[in-house]
Amino acid sequence: METKISVSLSDFRTETRAWLEANCPESMRQPVKDPFDLFWGGRNAKFNSEDQRLWFERMLEKKWVVPYWEAKYGGGGLTSDENNILTQEMTRLGCRKPLYSFGISMLGPALLNFASEDQKLHYLPQIVEGKIWWCQGYSEPNAGSDLASLQTKAIDKGDHYEITGSKVWTSYADKSDWIFCLVRTDFNATKHNGISFILIDMTSKGVSTRPIKLISGKSPFCETFFDGVKVPKENLIGNLNEGWTIAKYLLTHERQMIGGIGETDVKKEVHTTALEKLSLNSSGAISDGVLRNQISDFEMDEEIFDLTIQRVTDEAKTGNNSGALSSFFKFYGTELNIARHELLMSIGGSEALFWGENEKKDGDLARKFCRSKGNSIEGGTSEIQLNIISKLILGLPTK
Amino acid sequence: MALIITEEQKMLKDSATELLSAKAPISQMRELRDSKYTPFDKELWEEMVAMGWTALTVPERYNGLDFGFVGLGQILEETGRNLSKSPLISSILLGASALRLSDNEALKVKLFPGIMEGTSQLTLAIQEGKHHQTSIFNTQAILKGDKYVINGSKTMVIDGTTANLFIVACLVDENYSLFIVDAKSSGITVSKKILMDSGSYADIIFKNVEVSAENQLNIKFDGRLFLDQLMTISYSGISAELLGICKQAFDITIQYLKERQQFGVIIGTYQALQHRAVILFSEIELCKSIVLKALQAIDENDTSALKYAHLAKAKLCKTAKLVTNEAIQLHGGIGVTDDADIGFYLKRARVAQQLFGDYNYHLDQLAKIKGY
Repeated sequence: METKISVSLSDFRTETRAWLEANCPESMRQPVKDPFDLFWGGRNAKFNSEDQRLWFERMLEKKWVVPYWEAKYGGGGLTSDENNILTQEMTRLGCRKPLYSFGISMLGPALLNFASEDQKLHYLPQIVEGKIWWCQGYSEPNAGSDLASLQTKAIDKGDHYEITGSKVWTSYADKSDWIFCLVRTDFNATKHNGISFILIDMTSKGVSTRPIKLISGKSPFCETFFDGVKVPKENLIGNLNEGWTIAKYLLTHERQMIGGIGETDVKKEVHTTALEKLSLNSSGAISDGVLRNQISDFEMDEEIFDLTIQRVTDEAKTGNNSGALSSFFKFYGTELNIARHELLMSIGGSEALFWGENEKKDGDLARKFCRSKGNSIEGGTSEIQLNIISKLILGLPTK
Repeated sequence: MALIITEEQKMLKDSATELLSAKAPISQMRELRDSKYTPFDKELWEEMVAMGWTALTVPERYNGLDFGFVGLGQILEETGRNLSKSPLISSILLGASALRLSDNEALKVKLFPGIMEGTSQLTLAIQEGKHHQTSIFNTQAILKGDKYVINGSKTMVIDGTTANLFIVACLVDENYSLFIVDAKSSGITVSKKILMDSGSYADIIFKNVEVSAENQLNIKFDGRLFLDQLMTISYSGISAELLGICKQAFDITIQYLKERQQFGVIIGTYQALQHRAVILFSEIELCKSIVLKALQAIDENDTSALKYAHLAKAKLCKTAKLVTNEAIQLHGGIGVTDDADIGFYLKRARVAQQLFGDYNYHLDQLAKIKGY
């Protein structure tokens, strides 16, 4: 039996490799320099190139845009073993994702766990086909770390909800078609118990957005305003006033992504950059001894952090898992990414400071360095993660 | 290979927890210290032998259990937790491993039985200066007829006052070599040194010590390679002990934070202390991964085993320093009294950090391995 399974998996790998080699255009195997090198889909979808269109359409036809969802939802119905093989083979060839979408990474998992069958059949295939560009409406100007105190209200008007309030840090809301949102549906309940999860069409009357310019000079986030927006009741996901459960589920999921779990990009080692840019002494060591130590210490932690992801994943397979560990990964992973950018700035010296006038072309490192400062804030600050670990893993008492 | 321990390894770990917490808890270590720094309890050592711990890493061919270094690591982690004193590190982690790596068949057949029975106690004499390094030795062995004559001096020899056999790292001409030397050989002077962990170490002077050529551990095996492989095991094994020290010092401290009251509240409710505790938790999570990886790499003959061993010792030295310092501070005044056990973890950690290279040494080696 076991031999049979492994034989069929090895056939699957061979076939997958051959198909990818034949169908993934050369330009779609180049590293991504900017998020918008990828195809994002949406109502106003535009392909950057003929190769990008070909790659997306071939993967869509093959059902591999979201290979691990069930076929009835537009997925490829692959087992987790098969999906791992596909991911490994795509990584090996350097294939880009055919579609970059918060629908796949964020909303999809929430729908699969909490939506009705009708809602799944309606929304999931649209996500796979890249028809809708989704954004996330969680934080508010007065509900950041204390997310559950959110005040955007949804008033029951019989056949619809009327939504009024504002969201902040909505990624690419100015380009999005729909938003999945946390709203307050019960003002008398305790703060965690009056929240619902709802989907809103961004073209509805009363929705407006304003980009937020970051210290990196770029504007990946927006403020989003709702002024008496009518939303059909059927857009509610899960039970009324139980949206916090979905929010917690998605936050755990998001933390794992920000913390680096599931990332397939191979990061260039910091010391490789250092060897290219820094002066070396006669024995080939980096002359700046302090910087050399800092690089070695960083790479020690980076390599061991990757091993820790492996260990915890392996432990989870045997049933030993704590959901709160996602807070540890988010905290440690983002701190490492920040440390990495600090080191790259040190290595680059005055060259690394170049900013330039064109945010799309100039000052790549300095802008990425500035952007990294947001890593320990978005998706729950490092301090919030420490609070969660303290309470749920260490069992330290709260006042 | 999955980065988890197997059922058998888990059972071994559990049996170690059981024996050590019952027979060799920290109170026993305190008694040994208060009885003129007695190196270890002989009855405990006999129990360890009976449990098969001395045969764990000995190949089956010599009637050993060949259970592997992940297994030995689980036991060392538990000795770290309990600060149990025994010759496990000197005679088994170092001694039995050197013999295991040796290509001197006759010597292996001759010495393994006594080591496994615990009647013969080995230790490794390698360090010469204040800091561990493995490239420059002043101790030399010169061939005269069918004997080598050894001259030089060694320091930080673990259990050097109780071991009956020394493994001495020497230079023969320009090559590295290891010799088994009887502790009673003429020309040997052993000076006892009690270190801050209450352990007994020795400075040893070798003056024209004659040793049979049959006692050379590496016959055809390259001495540099031999030392690197032995150090891979040493670094990883000491790291396993340091992991146990970190875990227990952390657990004791968390318990204290949950009990101690000041200003009418449990001090563990203060966010300033909670966040410091979580930083320790996070670093220990990383330590668990690298110690297991380093031990698995030895058992699998991984070509990167030395790199993982350096990673383990570097990370564990850094974390042990952090955890034991914070453990004292989070205890407050009681933490600096001899009555509290937490201080013992600080003192053992500092010794284990120096043994076989500190954080600085291993970080430097890692950079060298990667070519920068």
